[in-house]
Amino acid sequence: MNQWDNFKKGFLKENPVFVLLLGLCPTLGVTTSALNGLAMGLATAFVLVMSNSVISLIKNLIPSKVRIPSFIVVIASFVTIVDLVMAGYAPALHAKLGLFIPLIVVNCIVLGRAEGFASKNNLLSSLIDGASMGLGFAFALTILGGIRELLGGGAFFGHKFITGDGILIFVLAPGAFIVLGYLIAIVNIINKSKAKAHCSTD
Amino acid sequence: MEYFSIIISAIFVNNIVLTQFLGICPFLGVSNKVETALGMGGAVLFVMTLSTIVTYLVQNYILVPLNIGYLQTITYILVIAALVQMVEIILKKVSPALYQALGVFLPLITTNCTILGVAILVIQKEYNLIESVLFAISNACGFALALIIFSGLRENLDLVEIPEALKGVPIALIIAGLLSLAFMGFAGIV
Amino acid sequence: MANKESTFINMVATLFIVTFISSAAVGYVYEATKEPIAQARLEKKTIAIRAVVPDFDNKPIDETYTINSNVGPLSCYPAKQGGQLVGTAIEAITNKGFGGTVKLMVGLLPNGVIKDIAVLEHKETPGLGDKMDKSKSDFSIQFNGKDPSKMKLTVSKDGGDINAITAATISSRAFCDAVQTAYTSYMKEGKQ
Repeated sequence: MNQWDNFKKGFLKENPVFVLLLGLCPTLGVTTSALNGLAMGLATAFVLVMSNSVISLIKNLIPSKVRIPSFIVVIASFVTIVDLVMAGYAPALHAKLGLFIPLIVVNCIVLGRAEGFASKNNLLSSLIDGASMGLGFAFALTILGGIRELLGGGAFFGHKFITGDGILIFVLAPGAFIVLGYLIAIVNIINKSKAKAHCSTD
Repeated sequence: MEYFSIIISAIFVNNIVLTQFLGICPFLGVSNKVETALGMGGAVLFVMTLSTIVTYLVQNYILVPLNIGYLQTITYILVIAALVQMVEIILKKVSPALYQALGVFLPLITTNCTILGVAILVIQKEYNLIESVLFAISNACGFALALIIFSGLRENLDLVEIPEALKGVPIALIIAGLLSLAFMGFAGIV
Repeated sequence: MANKESTFINMVATLFIVTFISSAAVGYVYEATKEPIAQARLEKKTIAIRAVVPDFDNKPIDETYTINSNVGPLSCYPAKQGGQLVGTAIEAITNKGFGGTVKLMVGLLPNGVIKDIAVLEHKETPGLGDKMDKSKSDFSIQFNGKDPSKMKLTVSKDGGDINAITAATISSRAFCDAVQTAYTSYMKEGKQ
């Protein structure tokens, strides 16, 4: 497989959030600001890259019946490592993301890529796949967080440029659902028009 | 009164799906029909209660005395995975009827973040065992309630015309947003 | 693919090895991050204490004592200048917040007047209840310099003297509740 294609698929064509609809819990839960979204996305990306790499290395050593439990243990270890490192070096961010960091374990993308990709491909492909999916996830979360912060608080990455309150609903829970709904619709349109353009040039 | 406020807060005010954003995947995945929503709700109720009890005991009688609290995530997820498998095997033997009703949902539950989420939350909130069980049951009920309401709405969606791009998940999410807005009305009860 | 067979021994051995290596790795990281995590916590506390009491030259955290309150024991950090008590930072807590627990650091002068208040921890709604934080709005500043014995520490809606945060009455009530608890307990038995 072309590694460049392998890498860029995570951003639009197979974006974990907008297209595959995986990992929606943290997507909705932490994206009250662009920074939170970015941090959560990068934490998940780290776990994805590491677990994908390790699993592609050990895939042949593991009997198929205990495959899933072994994968879960590997993933959980990296999640705990991220959790501890963040608590030590970025306590404010750690407090904001809270429960959603240990919950990376049950983020469907991580186990999904481990089972669906890393257990079948070599180290390099798996590593790039992890990076692609992870950064695609971070990309989606940052956009969602950015839009919510912009509409809800009149700020971007913490820089406030309107005085007073924004449209509060976007920072609150309902806003998360609604903004994500429209974002997915927009990505649908982009991907469809791309596919159409592709067909007509053929 | 303390118990009562835990129940109301978990089901309505801090609904686990609509305000805490846990369990979104099954919320969107199995909410096409009221019937499947009921099945999933039941399975979650069953597993969540059991797993919360077990993880609570593991935390307080194994992890804390041994001073290895940092292994919480790994231990919990293994306990939950093993528990789900066991429930599946036991249910198959003991109650085939119940297995028929809940069986298909059980494998999905390991990666349902409500289960792990609630197990961690009861530790964070420093509940005792009774409060923890109550919290687990209430949250499962809150989950089931959101799922059932939502599936009822989605059944009606099949009958209306929706712009092409919004079909499927986007419109479902927007409706979930409105539902979440409605649940915000419960704020301040407790 | 040369997958190993799923025999019982193979499975148990694999799971054991995987779990063993993982726990060892996590244990190592835990040991390595223990120090920074403790440091980060301590630093957060020190900064909060420094923010709410007058200048001091002792180490308040080393002189911590606890007082009883109706929500359990509260930690007090006495600030001293030249051996003289100049103020006390009290770690106040309430679970009446909109999102659950709210933790404050309340700074009282020896005569009970509020010097300053810092928010340590909260899960209030962004854009509404989180305005209790000084960086977000002036809500908490209205407490500064007030003597709780001469005013009612409740929001004006409940007949008190505090202007609540707009659309966040519950968060404001919780804030008042925590301050009141800290004050009452301190006056009752907090003075050393």
